[in-house]
Amino acid sequence: MAPLLELRGLQARYGPIVALHDVSLTVGEGEVVALLGANGAGKTTTLRAISGLVSKTGEVVYAGSQVRRATPERLARLGLAHVPEGRGLFPELTVWENLRMGAYVRRDRRRVKADLDRAVEHFPWILERRNQHAATLSGGEQQMLAVARALVARPRLLMLDEPSLGLAPLVTQEVFRVVHELNEQDGLTVLVVEQNAQIALTVSHRAYVLEVGRVAVEGSSAELREHEGVRRSYLGY
Amino acid sequence: MLPLAFTWSDFFQQVVFGLAIGAVYASLALAIVLIYRTTHVVNFAQGEMATFTTYIACTLTANHGWSFWPAFFATIVIAFLLGAATERVIIRPFERGDPLTLILVTIALFVIFNGLVQWIWGPEQKFFQGAFSPKPFTIGGVSIAHQDIGVIGVTLATVVVLWLFFRFTKLGLAMRAAAIAPIASRLMGVRVGWMYAAGWGFAASLGAVSGMMVAPIIFLNPSMMQSVLVYAFAAAVLGGIESPVGAVVGGLLLGLGTTLLGAYVSWIGVDLQLPVAFTVLILVLLIRPAGLLGRHVVRRV
Repeated sequence: MAPLLELRGLQARYGPIVALHDVSLTVGEGEVVALLGANGAGKTTTLRAISGLVSKTGEVVYAGSQVRRATPERLARLGLAHVPEGRGLFPELTVWENLRMGAYVRRDRRRVKADLDRAVEHFPWILERRNQHAATLSGGEQQMLAVARALVARPRLLMLDEPSLGLAPLVTQEVFRVVHELNEQDGLTVLVVEQNAQIALTVSHRAYVLEVGRVAVEGSSAELREHEGVRRSYLGY
Repeated sequence: MLPLAFTWSDFFQQVVFGLAIGAVYASLALAIVLIYRTTHVVNFAQGEMATFTTYIACTLTANHGWSFWPAFFATIVIAFLLGAATERVIIRPFERGDPLTLILVTIALFVIFNGLVQWIWGPEQKFFQGAFSPKPFTIGGVSIAHQDIGVIGVTLATVVVLWLFFRFTKLGLAMRAAAIAPIASRLMGVRVGWMYAAGWGFAASLGAVSGMMVAPIIFLNPSMMQSVLVYAFAAAVLGGIESPVGAVVGGLLLGLGTTLLGAYVSWIGVDLQLPVAFTVLILVLLIRPAGLLGRHVVRRV
């Protein structure tokens, strides 16, 4: 079966600085794939390149078509949901308005209603706080709202950028538990960038390790957990 | 000017007139706030765009035999398209530029629209037949012009419709989102550029409403909106440049304040209304730099 997302020889630069030298990876339908690596390895840039926020060379094949030149707006319509670094919430909009923004690309009103209800099932606290500004939420709640909002778009591919950033360990676990649940129950495909290799390798099926803009190691998450170099550099034992 | 003996009926008449003029300031101030919030541009051409569209309304009624209301709504639509096109064609190339460049661009727009008006319609005054009669009716001993009530009603209705749009529609929500976080909005599938254009469109429509409301009171001429613009800026700043409610409250307060001062403080009269208004404005801003309803923006780093 053809993968849902395939990157071949991706290169990207910010002005004169090359951020990605050569990144090739695939994400199959129904998979959870983790993208690991140190600060500055190019993880965030890879996601930004996929969703059209950064221009690049190489190939990006999504759902069978070449989308290297597609804009973020267009990719969102094709079912790509990107929860960016810093979560990308609208701080001065209410929790409920943020959630409704997730459905901006949807045309089927009635099913949107059902999906909003489902998002609330996953995160029941949303209902109590629906009229609060998103800025007033805690870090963990903001991350969950960002995930909930992405789900309302009914994505084919969910991309999460460092969901654990700034969160307490227990909250991080909660976020990844939900990601795992969504994958198991709904077959949601996920590409997650994470510095916390420990937790990312527990939830993902496969993983790639980026080092200075290149894929250094790749394999199943079970293999990577045993991999000598990965263990030493990213798992710390 | 000799102050007349004070009577309550005269006072209420002045209050209603002040609110009507204030409503005109308020809608133009709201247009300025709308553009500032969506694109962070201070649009000095807002008043001249309003004058331009009011001339279109006047041409429709005076030369083509339209009655007021069809011309009113047609002009609102034309103004929307004009505003949106202005953003797409003229503002967009400077979108990421220096704020000073953008100010210069809107000043250029001011000159261009003013020139267009004089070139197309000539410099002389025109009579624009409004929808409401300037004749008064009497209620509880107070005589009030139909026109004043009409102006207040139409302007406030426009403001309410706009508020409902931003509050309850998907497009209104997306426009607010695009103004707050453009990149996050793009990731949600929002075409941010079109949201900016729509913001300019709505602002131009609001300006058209204020122009069409004030023209029957003060005669239509190429510089009609220039003093209104000054008051509208004052109102927007008084309200806290980012606050729509503040702009409306600020506009009404300014209209009311200047009218009452002009009527009851003999040395102010008509000539000193503007300087006095601005003295008050400066005093308010000394005490509350963020405006009456503005917030201090605390940026997290």
